[in-house]
This record gives sequence, C-alpha cells and structure tokens, in this order.
Amino acid sequence: MHGGTFGIATPRVPLTPALSPGGEGDMPLVKSLPAHPDRKKGAAMTADILFQVLVSGLLIGLIYALVAVGLTLIFGVMDIVNFAHGEFLMLGMYASFWAFALFAIDPIVALPLTALLLFAVGVIVYQTVIRRILKAPMLSQIFATFGLMILLRGLAQFFWKPDHRLIPHSLVSGNVAFGPVQFGLPQFVAALGAVGVTGALWMFLHRTRLGTALEATAIDREAATLMGIDGQKMFALAWGIGAACAGLAGGLIATFFPIFPEVGSNFILIAFVVVVLGGFGSVTGAFLAGIIVGLIEVLGGFLVGPEYKTAIVLSLLLIVLLVRPRGLLGKA
Amino acid sequence: MTTGTNVSRKMAGTAALLALAAVLPLAVTEPSQQNFLILILMGAQMGVAWNIVGGYAGQVSLGHAVFYGIGAYTSTMLLLTLGLTPWIGALAGGLVAAAFALAMGWPCFRLKGHYFAMATIAVAEIMQILVTNSDALEGAVGLYLPMDQSGWGVLIFLSKLPYYYVILGLLVLTVLVSWAIERSHIGYYFRAIKDEPEAARALGVSLTRYKLIALTVSAFLTAMGGSFYAQKEMFIDPGSVFAGTISIKIALIAILGGVGRLTGPVLGAVILITIEEYSRTLFGSTGSGTDMIIYAAMIILVAVFSPSGVLGLLGDLRRHLPGAKPAEVETSAKEIRP
Repeated sequence: MHGGTFGIATPRVPLTPALSPGGEGDMPLVKSLPAHPDRKKGAAMTADILFQVLVSGLLIGLIYALVAVGLTLIFGVMDIVNFAHGEFLMLGMYASFWAFALFAIDPIVALPLTALLLFAVGVIVYQTVIRRILKAPMLSQIFATFGLMILLRGLAQFFWKPDHRLIPHSLVSGNVAFGPVQFGLPQFVAALGAVGVTGALWMFLHRTRLGTALEATAIDREAATLMGIDGQKMFALAWGIGAACAGLAGGLIATFFPIFPEVGSNFILIAFVVVVLGGFGSVTGAFLAGIIVGLIEVLGGFLVGPEYKTAIVLSLLLIVLLVRPRGLLGKA
Repeated sequence: MTTGTNVSRKMAGTAALLALAAVLPLAVTEPSQQNFLILILMGAQMGVAWNIVGGYAGQVSLGHAVFYGIGAYTSTMLLLTLGLTPWIGALAGGLVAAAFALAMGWPCFRLKGHYFAMATIAVAEIMQILVTNSDALEGAVGLYLPMDQSGWGVLIFLSKLPYYYVILGLLVLTVLVSWAIERSHIGYYFRAIKDEPEAARALGVSLTRYKLIALTVSAFLTAMGGSFYAQKEMFIDPGSVFAGTISIKIALIAILGGVGRLTGPVLGAVILITIEEYSRTLFGSTGSGTDMIIYAAMIILVAVFSPSGVLGLLGDLRRHLPGAKPAEVETSAKEIRP
C-alpha cells in the first residue's frame, strides 16, 4: 500500500506513518454487515437490516465518543490539538495485551490499571514536551504532538514488533441476539464501558471541585488563575485524563480489535471529525457527535460502499468546518 | 541593512553552490549515490514549494500530497492516453493543481490555524480514497509509464544522471519563484498575513486573495514535483503519491530546516533525506522502528527548542560564539520584513 516515497527500496513500514485510516492495518471495527444481496438491484432495505446497521453504528460511535472526549478536553483547556491521541489508545491496547499475555489478566479486569498507566503517560507527556510549547507558534505545537505520534509508534514497533496481535478468549466473546439484530458481545461491552467512562467524566467535570476547576480553566484561563486555580496543574490533569480516556477506549476494544503499533491511525482522523462536529472543547458535544459519526460511517458504508465510508466521514468534517465551525455545542 | 556587499556576497554564495551542484555527479558516479542526491533535490523542491504557503503566508497545509498526486497523475495520464510529452504534461498538471488549489482554498481559507490544517488533511484523504476507487485511473493498481521508450522527449532515462539535472533545474526554478515572491510586494503581504492578519486587513490587504495566491503558486510547483516523481519511478499509485505520509514529509522538510526562509527547506531536505536513507541501512531491518524514533526525536526537539528550525538553531549558535557578528540569517530575515 505504502510505496517508498522517493526511494528505490520500498520500506515495509513508512517512515512518516499515515495519519489516515487505511493501509494494511485497516480492519473493520464492527463485525462487517452481511452484504445485502439485493442492494445492487436497488431493492428497499428491510427494517431488520436498517436496524442492524443502526445498532452497529451506535456501538462503534460510542467508542469514537470516548476517544474524542479526551481530545476535546485537552483542546478545551489549552487550545492544543493532540495528534498523538490515537497513540494513547494504542498504548492502552498494548497495556491490556501485556496484562493478558504476562499475567493472564483479562482486558476488562485490567481496565483500571490501564487507566492509571495512561494517566501517568499523559502527565509525563505534558511535563516533558507540552509544557514547553504552550506559548510556541501553532506550527511548533502541531509538530510537537505530531512528533510524539511518530515517536510512540516507533517505540511500540521497536519494543513490541510491528505484528498484529490478538487477545484470544477474553471474558467477553461471542454474539448476542436481540430479536433479529445480532452483535458481538465484546463490541456491546466496549460500548457500554464507553458510556460509563464518558458519564463518569461528565460527573467529574460538573460535580466535583477539581472537575469544576478544570472546566473553569477551559472556559476562561485567566479568570480561573485569578481565582487561585493552578493553571499548570489543570493542564497536566487534562492530559492525564485525556490520555486515560483514550487508553480506556483501547482497553475496551482490545477484546476484539487487532493490536499493532499503527492502530491509532484508524481512530485519530475520526476523532478529529467527532471533536469538530461536537464543538472543540465540549465533552457533551463529543459524546453526541461520536454517536452521529458512528451512525453516518456505518450507514454511509452500507449505502455507498464500505470503501467510501472514511471519505463520507471526512466530508462531514469539511461541511461542519465550513457551515458551522463551532460544531454542535462548541463555544461561539 | 541591505548593503550591496551583503547581497553580492549572497549571490556569489548561491552561484558557487549551484556550480557545485552541477558538477557533483562527476564526483558521485555510483547510481545509488546519484539516486540519493536526486532524492535530496526532490525533497528540497517540495519543501521550497510548501514554504511559499506554509512558511511565508503561514497557512499550514498538511494535505500537499493532493497537489503532488494531481501532478503525477495528470502528466502520466496525458502521456499514456495522448502520448503528450511530460514537459507539457507537467505544466498541465501544475495548472490542474492550481485550479484545484483555488477551488479548495476559497472555502478553506475561511478557517484559521488548526482548522485549516485539518481541512487540508481531510481534502487530501478524500482525494486519495476517490483515486483509489477510480476505474479510469486504474484505482489501487496504479499506472505504469511506457517501459519501451526513453529520451528527452518522453523524459524517461536509463541512467540516473539526466534525472539529476532535470530535478536540479526544477529546484532552481522553484527557488527562483520563491525568491521572486520573497522580494516582491506579494512577499511582504504574505508575511503581514502571517504575523499581523488583523493589521494587514485594516490596511486593505485582502487576506483571502493573497492566501489563495500563495496556495495556488505552491500547488503548481508541488504538482511539477509530482510529475517528476512519476517520470523517475515510472510507476505511480495512490499510496505512493496521494498518501498522507507525503503531505507530512513535505511540511516536515520545511519545518525541520526553518520555515519562511529560502534556504530552510533545502537544509531540511538534506537532513531529513539523509536520516531517512541512512537510518535504514545503518540499523538494518526496516520495521524495527529505530528510524521513526530518531526522526520523531528530531521533530520534537526542533518543535520544542527551535521553532525556527535547524537554520534558527545555527543562527543562535553563531551568535553565542565569542566575538561573533550578528548572525547573517537573522539580519536577512529582518531586512526583508516590511
């Protein structure tokens, strides 16, 4: 898929990894729907199939929402777009994998551990890199997080090889059927977990002192500082929580999604779309937008063809940027 | 500051560099080494082209592969279907890319900063998906250039040397365009848009108009680089010319060297392509991730410690040397400021 950009030799792994979904690592997130036999003939799709499509879209949309809430939180608090967010998810997946491979801990059981670990990673990333570029030009900010993205992928490849790995026989496996609609139990549990985590984050932001301080920093940094809120601490907290959310999303999908160093590329562009649609900085917006993007992706893939689903989602990004740049619930 | 000696010294330096580049293949005769030089020139050319919009005008595009791909596909399709010489094909590719840049820039330049960057990523990704699924363009299979012809008419050569001089010529052209812009009133407007957009607007500079000029010129030159890539590799597919990796590399070359300066991207290309080619051979197996780690570490270091790239770093170093004169790069940057 990736040719050598210039070279004679085509490297197996591109030096500048793709931002985008696609390539060898592109895997269907949701169990692929049975192609409707009459689709090409233009027959109307039955209510059952429509329902199946909607449920699949909803399940994956909730995962997108969880990845995006962390991204939007970081942006809301400090106006920095984190290109390495997909890599936090990747690290979360590897944390689950190693917990399973080394200590036989199921990914679902390992979730709190994954969250803690990624929280630490987020804070470390903030303290070592991000803190130094707070006042840098936008170009430097983009490339600092972009460099992080490549660095984390490179480290993952160096230590854990570029192989695809799977966690077999997780606690959650198999299918569930609700009447005519079928879906995988892992997908269902992951979606449920995503709702739980996003809900908990919302409660934290709105019902606790620390969370309110974080929200206050997002709304007006200077005023918050004048009220005695330590901005640096809030920034570090935002990175910790943001990374933990992405890590949890990784842990949740590790039960059914292959784990490899570039897995984040499947999510980052979609997470951008979700963040923009929901409104930069809005956690509630990201939650709603995640569901909408999931539905549009699966529905669009079903109606137009799965090869175009990413193009459809990205078109949505362009439309939102041009028609309503502040998204559904963003600050004006 | 604009002393005659300063300018003539710089011109002498440029002439010497050019002369060196022209005779370099006489010393470097190994085809793989010549190929390495070609890669550097290709990288420099795309970096200088990107710098016009990303550096001077400060509009960060992370989707320049769309222009590169349009250039490669236009000249190749014209050659394959009409037998049109790539000399004209590359110009046609440039025009198509310029038209595409106008159409894309018109709505996208309403967006600022991150939003513009994201929109360019989205446009490039959508284009890659469309081309990958287009039967007329052979989709994911890609296009092969005719293997049975060679010579200056079809711009296909059996040895590396002619390619070296063609890309050197294209780089010189790109640098000249970039230099002309830097010196003209358009260049002042670009920097005003970048540094003080509100003030520029208040003074009656049409932001959208000059951003569009920057993007269009940059797209045209980038597309010509894409056409050259097709001629050199004799095979193109969406993954090799439209990929997000290309967009990133184009921007990185400029940023690594130093944005907004003529020599920045050239320096960036030398550094980046050298790392890319040699880390592969040095650390053996590709896919171990070492090359990515080195590369990423450099990006982060430059982003964190020297937003003005390696060129800025050199300037800082020179100023810290005992008894040093003010760094030349710095004064030249100031002297072109309005």
